[in-house]
Amino acid sequence: MPQQLLSIEPHNPEGDWRDAKVEFRKGTMCYAAAPKNLTYLGLPNPRPWQPFDADWKLPPNWKQTILDGMKERLQKYRSFRLFMEICVRCGACADKCHFYIGSGDPKNMPVLRAELMRSVYRRYFTLTGRVLGSLAGARELTEDVIKEWFYYFYQCTECRRCSVFCPYGIDTAEITMMGRELLDLIGCNINWVMEPAANCFRTGNHLGVQPHAFQDSLQFAGDEASEITGLPIDVPINRKGAEVLFVMPSADYFGTPHYYTLLGYLMLFHEIGLDYTLSTFASEGGNFGLFSSHELTKRLNAKIYEEAKRLRVKWILGGECGHMWRVFHQYMGTMNGPADFLEPPVSPITGTRFENARSTRAVHICEFTADLIYHGKLRLNPSRNDHWNVTYHDSCNPSRAMGLLEEPRHILKSVCRKFYEMPENTIREQTFCCGSGAGLGTDENLEMRLRGGFPRANAVKYVREKHGVNLLACICAIDKATLPTLMEYWVPGVEVAGVHELLGNALVMTGEKERITDLRGEDLRGDDLRGEDLRDKNLRGEPLTNEDAAHE
Amino acid sequence: MKALTPLLAVLAIIAFVAMAGHAHAGLILLAVFVPYAAFAVFLVGFCYRVARWACVPVPFRIPTTCGQQRSLPWIKPASLDNPSTGWGAFRRMALEVLLFRSLFRNNRARLDDRRLVLGEDRYLWLGALAFHWSLLVILLRHLRLFLQPVPNWLSGMERVDGFFDVATPALYLSDVVILSALVYLTARRVRNPQVRYISLPIDYLGLFLLLGSAASGLLMRFTFRVDVVAIKQFALGLAVFHPIAPRALAPIFLVHLFLVSALAAYFPFSKLMHMGGVFLSPTRNLANNNRRQRHINPWNYPVKTHSYAEWEHEFRDKLIAAKLPIESQDAATITVD
Repeated sequence: MPQQLLSIEPHNPEGDWRDAKVEFRKGTMCYAAAPKNLTYLGLPNPRPWQPFDADWKLPPNWKQTILDGMKERLQKYRSFRLFMEICVRCGACADKCHFYIGSGDPKNMPVLRAELMRSVYRRYFTLTGRVLGSLAGARELTEDVIKEWFYYFYQCTECRRCSVFCPYGIDTAEITMMGRELLDLIGCNINWVMEPAANCFRTGNHLGVQPHAFQDSLQFAGDEASEITGLPIDVPINRKGAEVLFVMPSADYFGTPHYYTLLGYLMLFHEIGLDYTLSTFASEGGNFGLFSSHELTKRLNAKIYEEAKRLRVKWILGGECGHMWRVFHQYMGTMNGPADFLEPPVSPITGTRFENARSTRAVHICEFTADLIYHGKLRLNPSRNDHWNVTYHDSCNPSRAMGLLEEPRHILKSVCRKFYEMPENTIREQTFCCGSGAGLGTDENLEMRLRGGFPRANAVKYVREKHGVNLLACICAIDKATLPTLMEYWVPGVEVAGVHELLGNALVMTGEKERITDLRGEDLRGDDLRGEDLRDKNLRGEPLTNEDAAHE
Repeated sequence: MKALTPLLAVLAIIAFVAMAGHAHAGLILLAVFVPYAAFAVFLVGFCYRVARWACVPVPFRIPTTCGQQRSLPWIKPASLDNPSTGWGAFRRMALEVLLFRSLFRNNRARLDDRRLVLGEDRYLWLGALAFHWSLLVILLRHLRLFLQPVPNWLSGMERVDGFFDVATPALYLSDVVILSALVYLTARRVRNPQVRYISLPIDYLGLFLLLGSAASGLLMRFTFRVDVVAIKQFALGLAVFHPIAPRALAPIFLVHLFLVSALAAYFPFSKLMHMGGVFLSPTRNLANNNRRQRHINPWNYPVKTHSYAEWEHEFRDKLIAAKLPIESQDAATITVD
């Protein structure tokens, strides 16, 4: 990690952006995909290379390949053709990008990121571009342009914040996705995307966890949840005929602090007696294919429905993950549906029919849990989270590709008593990205991640100073993996947690033993006890009276 | 100095027209041929561009959601910013097209001693809205030249537009607004460092053509005082495809006509096509009902996947060792062994 705080200074752009030269510097780029991963996935031009090499070993016909690829996509995606043609360069998006704010690099303005491709589009596909050339903003496609594309299309987290502000809804994520698809055609992609994708294709999850290891870690989590609660918490795996298939991002069973969220899920499912199963084949909800191409997205996503069908479940419940939910919500039904072998989801506890998931038959865990809480089906003791002053980071995909805003807030406000929102322009649909999404969360890219995450961290700092916030809750696995570093760097003293970790803390389970610790194993009793009575109530999970609360 | 070339181009147009308008052949060319040709290019080009967009499929339903989704019955959905029905999407589009709702959200990020300050910034929204609405009013006002008798609604609109009654002939509010808005938008493009950096030379062309058209229109009305009756006769002739070019048309009128024609002809080849494109934007004009109703991709094709059978085959031994259930028969035999 950089020793000194990065200098984030406002400076005005100079020069001409059409000059394509890029300086590849460690800390602000991702390494190239290892050939074995491309070979495994059957993708073009596997070879050893790195972005800072002078020779990228492009295939001999690379230029034609790119132009043919553009032509094909212009005929397949209205978004692509339209977004190539209607931008008026009003600049409304310019300062909406976290990478532009954090890096000051003008090519990180969403409009310019798109112009990198539009300039080539104009030169080869429009009359004005051919006739007027650079006056119309047209540019030759050169190897330098390819390098520039690689640098900037892997410096966009596809968070869609700019698209909220664009008067025509131009979505840079769409352009970045096309850019990455085109770069895939000539083998210019990054390992942090391709290795998880190859792992996922082979083993079913990004981390390459094989079935026996999956079982081990889940059983270990079950044991740990049992130890905390004193209840026998089973973890059903590959069980045919269960009502619900639960799919989560693999980081939940292999990463920290994701793991505490997993404990929260397991405790919740035990308490309500949910008839569910996990799957070793569909052991990943996340989909790094989304950060590569539509085709790879579909290839990796296919296992979800395939497994739901094989296990004869009725519907699918999805865990806390950002881009997994972009895929589940906006792509899965179209790509791999119809899910007519499943049933429209109904909560077995409350009887609520999830009408909004009637076709895709996949329900977000926050929708499911919020419904349980609303119907009073869970006993909660929010005081068990009193050691946390909580704020909530809306993850990009659930907020801007779904609109899942109130469900997690309803849960949070029910399971903790000290909840504070960050400033309005930094949450909900205007939320700032963690700076590490879309496959950029690798350590070799750390400087750029810290720069891109600066606006988010800055908003957390605001509530930390104002309300003493010490916990940043979120519902995204990439957030949980990368926000701790971001917080450590910009806002020391703020931890990161999933919403269902806090739920697990507060959940009063039937027959549970005294909770001595929270899910992180930290002592719940603390030093500043206000008396035995209050403490005992706390640990027994009895609701506190107003008087007790005033005591605090 | 990216603005220089387009500025020179527009000035050259003006000079050319002012000179050519004196010759009889030039008059016919400028007053009759050019407007017809420009209008034809505009119509055909505009329709072609929109049709070309419309012919490209929308493989995925990708609305940008800007508010709460419709999910559980007790959570209030943001039916305008995150519509779940076609009617909702229609209303969202109406707000977008008529009031520039997304632009209204605009704010400005400023760094103040390592602090990010997000301040409100509605000037772009105001400038854009002022320009587009006054342009619409002005276009409608021009219908007076092509309609005989002038319909009541048009006269009514003109009365409102000329409400302030400050000069003779009446100074229209829309003229003042469009000029101010265009000057603001041009100044913003030149002065704002980010916007200047992203601007292409061609971005100034549209602005200069519009400024030229508006300015020549005003000069015609207030400075040169052209013969409006003659112009209306001429315009009516054009409208019924029976053009009669009067002996002399004021050069300033020819300049105005030519600039407007140039703008119309340039329109389908330019970013001005955002006028048609905004209606087709898939991040705005679709309902966010993805999980409720399946969206069909017309070119959805089969892809190579890693099937469960292949997966089980690869990990069979490990599944058996972990006592996880397996599907295939051959594997069952091994278990017995």
